[in-house]
Amino acid sequence: MPMDESVRKAVLAAVPSLRAFAISLCGNVDRADDLVQETLLRALANIDSFQPGTNMSAWLFTILRNHFRSEYRKRRREVEDSEGHHAESLKSQPDQYGHVEFREFREALAQLPADQREALILVGASGFSYEEAAGICGCAVGTIKSRVNRARTRLAELLHVNSAEDFGPDETTRAVLASGGE
Amino acid sequence: MEATATRSKKVNAKPAKLGRDVQARLGQQLRAMYDEVVNQGVPERFSDLINRLDSSGKKDSQ
Repeated sequence: MPMDESVRKAVLAAVPSLRAFAISLCGNVDRADDLVQETLLRALANIDSFQPGTNMSAWLFTILRNHFRSEYRKRRREVEDSEGHHAESLKSQPDQYGHVEFREFREALAQLPADQREALILVGASGFSYEEAAGICGCAVGTIKSRVNRARTRLAELLHVNSAEDFGPDETTRAVLASGGE
Repeated sequence: MEATATRSKKVNAKPAKLGRDVQARLGQQLRAMYDEVVNQGVPERFSDLINRLDSSGKKDSQ
């Protein structure tokens, strides 16, 4: 069926964030884009079950997350393996205080348990409320809150960050500026 | 089905409360990383897909 124009726009508008979420789940851009593609196909095939007036992003994120859980879990073993290798080579230099690079940050994120990682991303980056994140993950709000807390604590440990100074404010600011705007 | 990968590995130390400044920095890093992707916009692959499905009006099931 032809899509309502507002629905089509809402789906399009959600794609960039869906991709970012998918990449954080998969740790691999190509696989993430396949995941987004499969999500869009499913969503559009079932667009009737979307309730107008509700949050399109949350609906799409839910589909993507469930699909990832069911289909991609099997493949994760290989990924985890290679990530483990990668992480080990990075671990050899824990004394690089002063700045935390994106790559290091990504690696640390990849080491979090999947539940914690997705909760942290949904709340901390995608901008969903705790309630929305709980809806997407199919769990209680309190569960999301504790996952986010544990994720932050674990990240700080992995990155050897004890205080904000360890990030090196200048480096961080520069990194954010460089990636954020022109 | 439920591969409850119960890892008996437990973190002994109870989670120390992170300072606000550290939380803020972590959040900043996280968003910067995430936004790097968001700022790439919608790749043609996906806008094409959405438009194609929209105009054909039917899902091309394989």
